[in-house]
Amino acid sequence: MRLGQREKELLGGARGETVAEALRGQIEVGDFFGAERFVPVGNVHMMGDIEVMGEGGLEFLRRVAESGARCAVNTTTNARCFDFGYAGRLGQDPENVAKERVLISYLREIGVMTTDTCINYQAVYQPHLGEHVAWGDTGTVIYANSVLGARSNFEGGPAALAASLTGVTPAYGFHLDENRRGNVLVQLEATLESLSDWGAVGRIVGEGHQDYTSVPVFTGIDRSPTADELKHLGASLASHGSMGMYHIVGVTPEARTVEDAFGSIEPQATVTVTDEDLENLYATYETGDGDANLVVFSAPQLSLYELKTLSELLQGKQVKEGTSLIVTTNGAYKAAGEALGYLRDIEGAGGLVLEGVCFYILDGVARMREENGWDNLVTNSAKLTNIIKAHRYNPVLRPTEECVRIAVTGRIEEA
Amino acid sequence: MSPWNGISVFRATGDVVEGEALVSVEGFSPRYDLNRSSGEISRPGHAIAGENIAGKILFFPTAKGGIAAGWAFYDLASKAIAPKAIVFGKTNPVMVQGAVFAGITITEGWSENPTEVFQTGDTVRVDPRRKTVELLKRA
Repeated sequence: MRLGQREKELLGGARGETVAEALRGQIEVGDFFGAERFVPVGNVHMMGDIEVMGEGGLEFLRRVAESGARCAVNTTTNARCFDFGYAGRLGQDPENVAKERVLISYLREIGVMTTDTCINYQAVYQPHLGEHVAWGDTGTVIYANSVLGARSNFEGGPAALAASLTGVTPAYGFHLDENRRGNVLVQLEATLESLSDWGAVGRIVGEGHQDYTSVPVFTGIDRSPTADELKHLGASLASHGSMGMYHIVGVTPEARTVEDAFGSIEPQATVTVTDEDLENLYATYETGDGDANLVVFSAPQLSLYELKTLSELLQGKQVKEGTSLIVTTNGAYKAAGEALGYLRDIEGAGGLVLEGVCFYILDGVARMREENGWDNLVTNSAKLTNIIKAHRYNPVLRPTEECVRIAVTGRIEEA
Repeated sequence: MSPWNGISVFRATGDVVEGEALVSVEGFSPRYDLNRSSGEISRPGHAIAGENIAGKILFFPTAKGGIAAGWAFYDLASKAIAPKAIVFGKTNPVMVQGAVFAGITITEGWSENPTEVFQTGDTVRVDPRRKTVELLKRA
């Protein structure tokens, strides 16, 4: 890689050995992918909690904090594995709770803003067209690239922290024009209503073209989608397809036209998604013994608008005895939801609203399934249906209103 | 099999390492397929379920999973149960970032499918600079 003056100084130890070491790692990653240079990043979003980092990661963070190395750009954190206000109620391990508190103290010492949200693009920062960022959590990256026209690769925890310390990231993948053009054409003929429909499309397209370098281009969307719809589409594409970018012709900033989206690239494949495809997809989720004792709204965390929708759907209703309704959002939206009265409706109906977490990364989520006798997990998140299987839950995708109906009646039927 | 008993890889970084091959026809997620305390492939039904990755040279066609994988390799290395190298058909940036951070040799892309050249238990050498994986000794 070609190093600029700034990188040479960092390598020479201008900001200490920890920062130099971070840059050496970035050079090695850049060389692997054939990057020729670094680009400065305006913002970093990183994943860092005890569940993913383990003892080794915690010890590493302690050394970084004690070395005096500090964030060079604004850096926020992704959802974590504990909502401290509910750890006891969820039966989470007190030893891990204590470690998480220590871990957070190290992050803050380094200068990381522990926002604990996987929807930073809604709640915290919206980078502009062409802005280079280093974000972690695949859902945040695909939103930044696709909807905002910002530029990021999937940056895992160590890589995002390195970018935060150095203020730069190697220019490969989605930082480069040539990798941002579409290569799969998706003709959308289905009518998309619920957020789960957008996630379902993400699953169909993602599973069919699993590849970080696949960039689908959607045509046929005849209305202006909301941020929450685009978030569910992207989170699902990233989860099911490992994808980091998509275009919607006439909607996203690098796809004013089909030609704009593809550039000189010929589509490698064309996919058509119809109403029947969606119906078939819903039908693939088996309901097992028909139990409906867990309904989850999470992955990504809910926006304020989604909290409002839930409050309207749950107003004056009661979650069926024996059924748990769990909602996750970030601290800012929970506070706003409280002030606006949405929480009163959701919690009044018996729902549990957690902040700063995402359901699938909760510490002890596999054990919770056993202890609560949970089997089916009903959700409107196609991403969650993918990722939660690793913890042996049986996921069932349903539209938002249907999820609420299931929570209230305690009954679930085959799609 | 190639005349020189090995394959070429397209991209590679890390130290030259030699060790026992563990060859999988299924992809890999260090978060969801693995017991991170023991190093055992723990997900029931995985193509190499029950095998231990510690100190091995792993062959996987694809990488699975998201951002969380980034810290996982470092955690394995700190517990001394990391693999020596991972040879991927297709990988993603998070795996590469995580392997570099943990000091694990990693490669992507291959001239021939390793399942046709190597078998689990073979002794192999991964040389990132020459971009090769060679068979040293048959199992």
